[in-house]
Amino acid sequence: MASLSSPLRLCRGILREIRAIKGPEYKQSLAYNYVLDQFRKNQITGERYCRAQEEALHASHSYLCLLTSTRQHIALYDMYHGKGQRDTEEMAGIVGLRLPTQPGGKGWEK
Amino acid sequence: DAMRCIAVRGVWKYNRISPNERKKFYEDVSISHGEGGMFEINLDQRKLKTPGGKLFTAPNEALAVAVANEWDTQKDTLKFYSMHMTTLCNTALDNPTFRSKDQIITAALKYLETDTICYRVEEPPSLVELQNNEWDPVLKWIEEGYNVVIGSSTNILGPEIPQATMNTFRQHLGSYNFWSLTGLEYVITQLKSVVLAFALIDKHITVEQAVLLSRLEEEFQIGHWGNVEWAHDVDLYELRARTAAGALFVHFSSESSTVKRKLMQD
Repeated sequence: MASLSSPLRLCRGILREIRAIKGPEYKQSLAYNYVLDQFRKNQITGERYCRAQEEALHASHSYLCLLTSTRQHIALYDMYHGKGQRDTEEMAGIVGLRLPTQPGGKGWEK
Repeated sequence: DAMRCIAVRGVWKYNRISPNERKKFYEDVSISHGEGGMFEINLDQRKLKTPGGKLFTAPNEALAVAVANEWDTQKDTLKFYSMHMTTLCNTALDNPTFRSKDQIITAALKYLETDTICYRVEEPPSLVELQNNEWDPVLKWIEEGYNVVIGSSTNILGPEIPQATMNTFRQHLGSYNFWSLTGLEYVITQLKSVVLAFALIDKHITVEQAVLLSRLEEEFQIGHWGNVEWAHDVDLYELRARTAAGALFVHFSSESSTVKRKLMQD
C-alpha cells in the first residue's frame, strides 16, 4: 500500500489550496466547509486500521493532487499559451512580415 | 480590446478569448437537492446544464461539491480545459458516444494489448533496468491480486494476453456501474495502461506514482536531455490533474449514496 500523508496534513493541504484560489473569503466557500466537515466526520472511529479510512485518505490525497495540479497546469498554460489568438498584424510581426495594404479596402469591407 | 475583436465580422472574425474559454457570467455557486436524491449545481439563479442540454445532476454530495468548486474557483474567464470533474460528469450524463457498459469495457480492455507497463524496451540497459525495477512490482501485484497472467514483452506486438485474463477483467469491470466505468476508462486512456489504472483505482498506488510510472520513459529522457518547462511540465501537471479527477470520479461514483457512518460508542 502506498504511504500517504496523515489526515491532518492532507486536510491542511486541501484547505490551503482552496485559500490560494479563493483568497480572503475562502472560509465562506462551499468546498472549504464540506472538506472540513468530512475530515471531522471521518475522525469518528474507534479502530486503528479501518479500510474505509484508508480509502478516504487515498481519496483526500487524490483531491489534493487534483487541486494542486490543476493550479500548476493553469499557471503554466497561461504563461505559455495564454495569449489566445493574436490579431493578424501581431502574427505577421512575429515572423518579421507586414500585412499588405490595399487602398480602397477589400470588396466585402464596409 | 475584446470588444473590438468581437465586433469584426466576415472572414477575420475572431476574439481574444480562445474557444476553450468563456467570460464568467455568474457570481455565486451553490448546490441543491433535486429529484431522486440527486444534486444540482446553481450558478446564481440558473441551474447548470450539460453540453447536451440536460439538467446537470450529480448522484451524491461529494461529486456535486467537487464540480461546484470547479465553477466557484473560476476567475474572469471560464477555463473549461481545467474543469475535469465537470467534464467527466457531463460525459456520464450525456453519453455522447451512445455506448453501453459492455462497449466501454471492450474499449477499456483493448488498452491491455499495448499496456504501457507490459511494453518493454531492449535498450539502453539503464532504461531496461528502470522499467524492470519500477514496473515489475505493479505487474506482480495485479497478477497475484486478480489471479491472472499478463506478462511483459519486448516484442513489437506486445504481450499475448490469455483469454482467461480478459475474462477475469471483463467480469470485474462488469461489477462497476456506468458512471464508475466512465471514470475508469478515462483513467486508462490517460495513463495508457490498464494495469496502472487498476493499481490506482484499487488504491494500491497514488495518482503521482501512477503518473510517474506512466511517464517512466519520458522522465528517463528528461533526466538525460533536460526538462522543457512549457512542454514537459505542462504535460505532467495536466496528466496529474486529469488522472486525479478520474480516480476521484470513480471513487465517488462507486460509493453507495447513503453516508457510511461509524457509530461512536461512548
